[in-house]
Amino acid sequence: MKALELRYVWEWPVRLTHWFNVIAIIVLSVTGYYIGDPFVSVPSTNSYVMGWMRFLHFVFAYVFAISWVVRIVWMFFGNQYARFPAFAPWATREGWKHIVGTFNYYTFLKKKVPYVVGHNALAAMAYSGVFVLFLIQIVSGFALYGQFQPGSFWDSAFGWLLPMFGNQGLRLTHHIIMWLLIGFAIHHVYSGWLMDTKEKNGVMGSIFGGYKFIDPDEE
Amino acid sequence: MHDPERSLQEGSVSEEILQKWEARGVSRRDFLKFCSVMTASLALPASFMGQIAEAIEADNRPPVIWMEFQGCTGDSEAFLRANQPTAAELILDYLSVDYHETIMAAAGHQAEAAKHKTVEEYKGKYIAIVEGSIPMGAGGAYCTIAGDSALNIARKVCGNAAATIAVGSCSSYGGIPAAAPNPTGAVSVSEAVPGATVINLPGCPLNAENLTAAIVHFLTFKKLPATDQFGRPKFAYGKRIHDNCERRGHFDAGQYAEGFGDAGHRQGWCLYKLGCKGPETFHNCPTVRYNEGTSWPIQAGHGCIGCSEPQFWDTMTPFYRRLPQVPGFGIEATADKLGLGLAAATAVAFGAHGVASALRKGDETDTKVKKED
Ligand code: HEM
Ligand code: SF4
Repeated sequence: MKALELRYVWEWPVRLTHWFNVIAIIVLSVTGYYIGDPFVSVPSTNSYVMGWMRFLHFVFAYVFAISWVVRIVWMFFGNQYARFPAFAPWATREGWKHIVGTFNYYTFLKKKVPYVVGHNALAAMAYSGVFVLFLIQIVSGFALYGQFQPGSFWDSAFGWLLPMFGNQGLRLTHHIIMWLLIGFAIHHVYSGWLMDTKEKNGVMGSIFGGYKFIDPDEE
Repeated sequence: MHDPERSLQEGSVSEEILQKWEARGVSRRDFLKFCSVMTASLALPASFMGQIAEAIEADNRPPVIWMEFQGCTGDSEAFLRANQPTAAELILDYLSVDYHETIMAAAGHQAEAAKHKTVEEYKGKYIAIVEGSIPMGAGGAYCTIAGDSALNIARKVCGNAAATIAVGSCSSYGGIPAAAPNPTGAVSVSEAVPGATVINLPGCPLNAENLTAAIVHFLTFKKLPATDQFGRPKFAYGKRIHDNCERRGHFDAGQYAEGFGDAGHRQGWCLYKLGCKGPETFHNCPTVRYNEGTSWPIQAGHGCIGCSEPQFWDTMTPFYRRLPQVPGFGIEATADKLGLGLAAATAVAFGAHGVASALRKGDETDTKVKKED
């Protein structure tokens, strides 16, 4: 039996974009919720509450969009755990075994989680879905944003979506996806904790430092 | 005292024209005012005033045929609302309106004959104005005038016009008759007569100021003004209501009326939470206002309902809520109620899963020591 080895799994662009996403999503959700339902009404016209909320929303919108693009670009240049195939376990036979195995573990049908170094199969598929939600959120957001100036860059880039889905339809989509992302975040933190305690591979720490404990026997 | 603005205006409009209008009972002041309002509405530099004054003075007045199909006559009302000589009336006097069901003196065969005559004599030269949508259902039987269907009339009259102006949301986009389930198969003029040169002036009703400006543009430049993706002239629909709204300060501050007649509403706070669709609607209501600049919905205390946007009756409802209902979840489901439910359900489900997992033993990966290197 070989001892555990420490391996560098999540390279710095992966970790950096991850934490930018976390901060951006928190800020965008709080400010976005306020934009959708301004629950605080201020007594004085001297304040600028909605103004700041929207300002923050748009600043972090850029942060989030850039982070998304960087992460997608890194899918071409990163290590095997960061590239496209890592997010499509359904494309290989081996991957399918992991999908079924992980599913059985989550539903308490099996006691063992299939061994993986990178993402587990179900998580990887969830992330591909989340990447798509991110994209829809960014595109619908910039389409709405462009309206302040017809003919502006963002209006020309995404304004055509407005007649297609309707202005209100896009807003509703943008609003609902926030809730889907909040649901995802709850699941994501929980699963991280679960796998950290069960697999004992330091997955929670790995997103900070990049290293995971790998068992060479299992690989 | 020397007033530079005044001399600029008078200087650019020739004395001859001013005298002609004076002879007709329109004072120079009123005429200059009209020309400068038009120049401003069309977002043209003041130097165009003279050109505009000349264009509406030329002697070849284009005849106008005003047709009404599935509409409520609101646009005619909006155009005729004036109780004093105004900009719009100047234009009305100046144009020769050969056919307008609501205001013409002629009736029956006589009226139809006048219309046919204009179409024949001024083929390709007259202006067609359409109010109301055109029903395509039941072979056009839902709306007939003098035994002919609205569709046939529109094809003939708009098809032979120099330009067609669709006034109001019904002729521009189908409007209320076209709202789901659209029982008559109502469509807009540009859908009914695809070959026609159409400009849309939506609004429920349209703003007469914009109709006057569009006509003046056509007379001055011999072509219709530049339009946006929905066929609306940019000079009138190029800016969002929300971005020019007088309540915008309250929006940015965070001051919202929560109900009609509450303290915030009485103080003129933003109507966002009462479902205002100003952030979704492009129209010049805040700057031009209705009825000679008297007022407009948001000034009067009612949120915008987005009436100048395509299919507003279907897409902007519910009028008193910000967002539409989530489809498939019944009447009372708002996105936030569903979302909160979803987040709570996820938390509960994973919480339960967590408890079960914590109690479950023997599924851990065996503990090994870290390799010392
Ligand atoms: C995780 C990402 C994001 C979340 C959770 C989020 C959330 C929200 C929410 C809940 C609303 C209110 C919608 C409504 O009820 O009408 C909103 C509005 C908006 N969001 Fe986002 N958003 C995100 C990303 C973006 C991005 C990337 C942009 C791009 C510019 C953007 C631009 C906008 C705009 C323009 C509005 C409407 C603002 C207004 O009408 O004043 N959002 N957002
Ligand atoms: S009243 Fe309507 S258009 Fe005016 S600032 Fe408020 S939301 Fe915008």
